[in-house]
Amino acid sequence: MEFFHEPKIGWMAKKWPFIGMSLLLAAAGLISMAVHHGLTYGIDFRGGTLVHVKFAKSPDLDALRRQLDQQNLRGATLQRIGLASDHEVIISLDLQATTSSAALDTGKKAILAALGGVYGTGPVGKVDFNNASPATVADRLLASDPLGLSSKGLEAAQKAYRDLADALVNFRNSPPRSGLIADVPELSLVKGVTPAVISALANDCYCSSYAVKNTEVVGPKVGEDLRRQALYVTLAGLGAMLIYIWFRFELIYGVAAVVATFHDVIITLGFFSLLNKEITLTVIAALLTLVGYSMNDTIVVFDRIRENFRLNKRENFVDLVNRSINQTLSRTILTSGLTFLAVLSLFLFGGEVIHGFAFALVVGVIIGTYSSIFIASPIVVFFHQRPPKMGVGEKVKVYEREAAGARR
Amino acid sequence: MQTKLRGRVILIAVVIVACILGITGFPKNVQELKENVHNRIHFGLDLKGGTHMVLRVQVEDAVNIIADQANERLKDELKAKNIAYADVKRSDLTDSQPPVHRIELRGVPQEKSADLKALVTEQFPDWELANYPGDPTGWLLTMKTTSGVNLRNQAQLQAMETIRRRVDAYGVAEPTIAEYGQGDFELVVELPGVDDPTRVKDLIQSTALLELKLVQDGPYPSREAGLAAHGGVLPPDTQLLPGPPAQNGAEQWSLVNRVAAVTGSDLQGAEPSHGMDGRPTVNFNLTRDGAARFSRVTGANVGKLLAIVLDGRVVEAPVIKNQISDRGEIEGAFTPEQVQDLALKLRSGALPATIKTESEETVGPSLGMDSIRHGVIASIVGLAAVMGFMLIYYRGSGINADLALVLNLVILIAALAYFAANLTLPGIAGVILTVGMGVDSNVLIFERIREELRLGKAVGAAVSGGFEHAFVTIIDTHVTTVVSAMILFTFGTGPIKGFAVTLTIGLLANLFTSVFVSRTIFEYVLSRREKGAELSI
Repeated sequence: MEFFHEPKIGWMAKKWPFIGMSLLLAAAGLISMAVHHGLTYGIDFRGGTLVHVKFAKSPDLDALRRQLDQQNLRGATLQRIGLASDHEVIISLDLQATTSSAALDTGKKAILAALGGVYGTGPVGKVDFNNASPATVADRLLASDPLGLSSKGLEAAQKAYRDLADALVNFRNSPPRSGLIADVPELSLVKGVTPAVISALANDCYCSSYAVKNTEVVGPKVGEDLRRQALYVTLAGLGAMLIYIWFRFELIYGVAAVVATFHDVIITLGFFSLLNKEITLTVIAALLTLVGYSMNDTIVVFDRIRENFRLNKRENFVDLVNRSINQTLSRTILTSGLTFLAVLSLFLFGGEVIHGFAFALVVGVIIGTYSSIFIASPIVVFFHQRPPKMGVGEKVKVYEREAAGARR
Repeated sequence: MQTKLRGRVILIAVVIVACILGITGFPKNVQELKENVHNRIHFGLDLKGGTHMVLRVQVEDAVNIIADQANERLKDELKAKNIAYADVKRSDLTDSQPPVHRIELRGVPQEKSADLKALVTEQFPDWELANYPGDPTGWLLTMKTTSGVNLRNQAQLQAMETIRRRVDAYGVAEPTIAEYGQGDFELVVELPGVDDPTRVKDLIQSTALLELKLVQDGPYPSREAGLAAHGGVLPPDTQLLPGPPAQNGAEQWSLVNRVAAVTGSDLQGAEPSHGMDGRPTVNFNLTRDGAARFSRVTGANVGKLLAIVLDGRVVEAPVIKNQISDRGEIEGAFTPEQVQDLALKLRSGALPATIKTESEETVGPSLGMDSIRHGVIASIVGLAAVMGFMLIYYRGSGINADLALVLNLVILIAALAYFAANLTLPGIAGVILTVGMGVDSNVLIFERIREELRLGKAVGAAVSGGFEHAFVTIIDTHVTTVVSAMILFTFGTGPIKGFAVTLTIGLLANLFTSVFVSRTIFEYVLSRREKGAELSI
């Protein structure tokens, strides 16, 4: 099977519409970043509080909002996520100017108090099983000792109840319950649970109708550090790539590859800004993946240009570049098609947590593929077409080195 | 078969077997196989759930304590050496970063200057003595910069150790407690499976300084009432502390001795237990040294109240009924969890400095389970689509590519298991890029072989030509990416590092599988077929 049989497309002649489109997309993204939405950072970068809650039935957002207001959390946002049948809500709160690092989790406590206000806090002294950790359950079991293990010594009893608590909590967390059980007797399905255990648990625990699935509290310093680090490290990575390509090819190839990769990142970020999607740590991971992917794609084309150039130095450089792109076209389309297939599967089936990640890659793979042809290659062509006498100083030196490289 | 080819096949087989055993171990049955795989593949917190915290150790606390002690000791030594003085007090420069710790000494007769110098050199090696500007009888002791740095580093190390002991005793499997960032005295604490951060945070952050102090007077309903009872001036060497809570839970204050009879460092052990009335209590016993002091104090003060002070609060103040030597019991309004945690904190010792939270994230295990399930489904669908396509497009050679891809993943997982590296979401991003570049390598090679075939070369020559040409490209793309991954690994933290680790391992594995293994399979197939037969590509 073969998609392309020796294509003969004059890519460089067609470059302007694509460069125009790139400029348009980049400009739209940059303008959106500058004046429209800006970049919406996730809690992990901007600092603040996030509480992800799963409810047993459709949550009463109005009542929750009223309770949040009562807790002085007027700035909190409520956002339903996932499928409607999941009954999941993310409550988030920006970093308050007044929040001191000593009281970083006041926002979280207030949100939890508001949840308690809507759904009740349960009987005094009882533990909410739906929000209890295995250790808490184990301690309660150890104290009530429904299996009568105290005669076997503290250590044996501790281990037995810890294992039992792990099993109970694991049962609660696994689908279809996904973190919520309706009542304690539901736990009798767990292996090793006796009626005595159920009655001890019923004595110590109650089951609220919500479970906190995820909480994040990020102070101002950590968020800022992370943002700075992500930027610097990515730039350093691009710099290192530039140096390697300079060493293996010529400086202009390195510059072209880095410009093309940078172009991909800017446009992808622009999409995030235009669609008002949040930039989280996993999106940064996706951008790093995109940098690697785009660089790979560009180098494959450059490699072919270098090879053809060595074999046939007298060929018109534009023709040579066109020929190189055509020779690698089959591979380019196949690889990006397959990568696109893989990230599309992540986008469709990957779930809520990696949605932003997958989106960045879906956009990035498309942009990253065409930028090798329409951004990176034209830069190299443009440089080669300059008359040798026009440069002075630095430029002449670069050109001489390049010529020397070509003779190698 | 040629011997060279046989050697390569054996090498590949050894690598495959080693990697599979690295993942599965030597299981005796299916149950054990599941357990081994489960134990060796470490998921990160974002996937399996748990608590991740960035904490800052307030190291200045520890330095301040040392400076306070030096201040008190200086007074004692001056008296002992008969050096008269008017005033000794702390006068730190708090504006500078880090603060400069100083002790101001005034009114020392000039003829005692030499004695003072000798005293400081001998007894206060961490301090620098200098004349107070403009005062011939005044002196300034400044803590040496190196001593300050040492104290701060020590405080951080000690805090890390204490937190580690507490976390270990709490029973968290595979916790991470490490320095975070550079020079900011920040720690990162990762507790897999812990989804009750309030309890753990309290466990980690409370200083847990236990002091047993004699009660002089009280309790009073408020601090002001306590002061008023003594005419506004407390008796020497006493202090007012909050607690113990009254029966109805109301706030109370007690007047206690400033100096503790015994402290947490005199403890030998502490265990949760039950009191006479079945209420949860903590039993403790003392070291020999501590027991000697405790029995002396309790023997001399039978009938008085003894305050049990925890982090500056009186939790209870029982009557000393008789002389106690080496054991005691702490009783208060505790829940079973609090008793467990208190015993644990007392056993693990006090923190040298307070700890502040910079960030905390808790991923509930159910969210983690959802993520893993979705991730696995998406990966299987994606991989199946890619592998299926390779089979259709490249036919026989597609098998070759798919084998290389699977082997690449097996090596990657085995390496992660071997290094005990955590597989996190950013790590999975690294895996995806690895798979992408793995497929790309195969596509590059196959397209090149097709080109060579189109030029009319014989099958054997086309295969070796294809590999040789594609190899240059593959090396360039891989080295470029590995170079940038190295940068990410060196300068990045946490998630960025995780990405870099899986990517680097994956790409190295890919060089092996798509170039070496794939070529070996090609040559093996070619060596067994008749001359001139067509290649399925």
